Amino acid sequence: MHVVYPVIVSALLFSIGVYGVLARRNAILVLMSVELMLNAVNLNLVVFDIWLRDQLHGGQVLTLFVIVIAAAEVGLGLAIVLSVFRNRRTIDIDRLRDLAERDLTSPGPADPTGSGPIVSTAFGPTGPAPGSTDRSEAG
Amino acid sequence: MTSQVPDLWPPTAQEVVFLLLGAVALGSALLVVTTKQLVHAALWLVVCFGALAGGYLVLTAEFVAWVQVLIYVGAIVVLLLFGIMLTRAPIGRSADLDSGNRVAAVLVALATAAVLVTVVVQGFATAYTPLEPGRGAAASLGSSIFRSWVLPFEALSVLLLAALIGAIVLSRTDIGGASRATGLPGPDAAPGASAPTAGDSEGGPERVSRSTPVTRADREPGTTPESGSGGGPRSDPETGSDGVSRNGG
Repeated sequence: MHVVYPVIVSALLFSIGVYGVLARRNAILVLMSVELMLNAVNLNLVVFDIWLRDQLHGGQVLTLFVIVIAAAEVGLGLAIVLSVFRNRRTIDIDRLRDLAERDLTSPGPADPTGSGPIVSTAFGPTGPAPGSTDRSEAG
Repeated sequence: MTSQVPDLWPPTAQEVVFLLLGAVALGSALLVVTTKQLVHAALWLVVCFGALAGGYLVLTAEFVAWVQVLIYVGAIVVLLLFGIMLTRAPIGRSADLDSGNRVAAVLVALATAAVLVTVVVQGFATAYTPLEPGRGAAASLGSSIFRSWVLPFEALSVLLLAALIGAIVLSRTDIGGASRATGLPGPDAAPGASAPTAGDSEGGPERVSRSTPVTRADREPGTTPESGSGGGPRSDPETGSDGVSRNGG
């Protein structure tokens, strides 16, 4: 087996993962693309382990470790995504802009896709959000 | 590694099988990142991981292949499907799965592919190894893990435990609310004392106020000092959403 074949497959798989991370808007699709990139790394590790005939099987053992870490990462990532979805009713990462650098002196709510209206309607009848909205408009 | 390296072309039967599996993996990976249906992306991910597991089998890494099938196909894809279901993704075609920077993403991906393939072809053009079975069997891999790699193995178990607890804490809504209420002690107390404390009995406003940056809470009593006495005029447009949420809490 020539080493160059699986390594090329791995490089192309990594590039597809890069495209997915950059181009997708849904957070779960971004997580899937991260999984593609991790699989590309795993393929590289296995191929180099086979090629170099490591006595300690370092490549394959590290592949198993990477798989375990990927499982933990997906679990935590999905928990974070679900938490974001509970709060914002969206997991569209183009609209989650709370950490973006903004000009603080400019009037803020010109952005109609901000988190304000979404949050206040998310807990509509159960929370005190409508009452506080009225107070803010009256004040 | 051997003295005589066979030519790169024509490929042997093992290489043909591996290249076919690699083509399946790459094609399904392309469909994962380009499909318009969210559930289909997860299902194409199964095909991609399965083809990669077949590739591991061809490369004589049997144990890694079965772990790949068990964990990736069996656990991670199911977890992703549950995530899709719980976020109430639309079943069927949805047009807004791609962001606006798609052209830049294509450019970056093509540049990455070009650089990686060029470097890899130049570096490993003559690398060759004959495949011999048994190097990736469970016996040899297990003895290697429990002899040489015990410490990372145990550390990984602790990491899994931490990830488990973290996922539980992040997912449950009935724990962590009290600690978050005390998380903003000082500056939050001034508006909160005058505002009606309706939110203390419910989890709603606490969860909303999680989106409030602490720096804004620190800054707010200074900039609008009248807000501490009576709920305050929240009409300044800058603190729009946060003023609403913090009034309730």
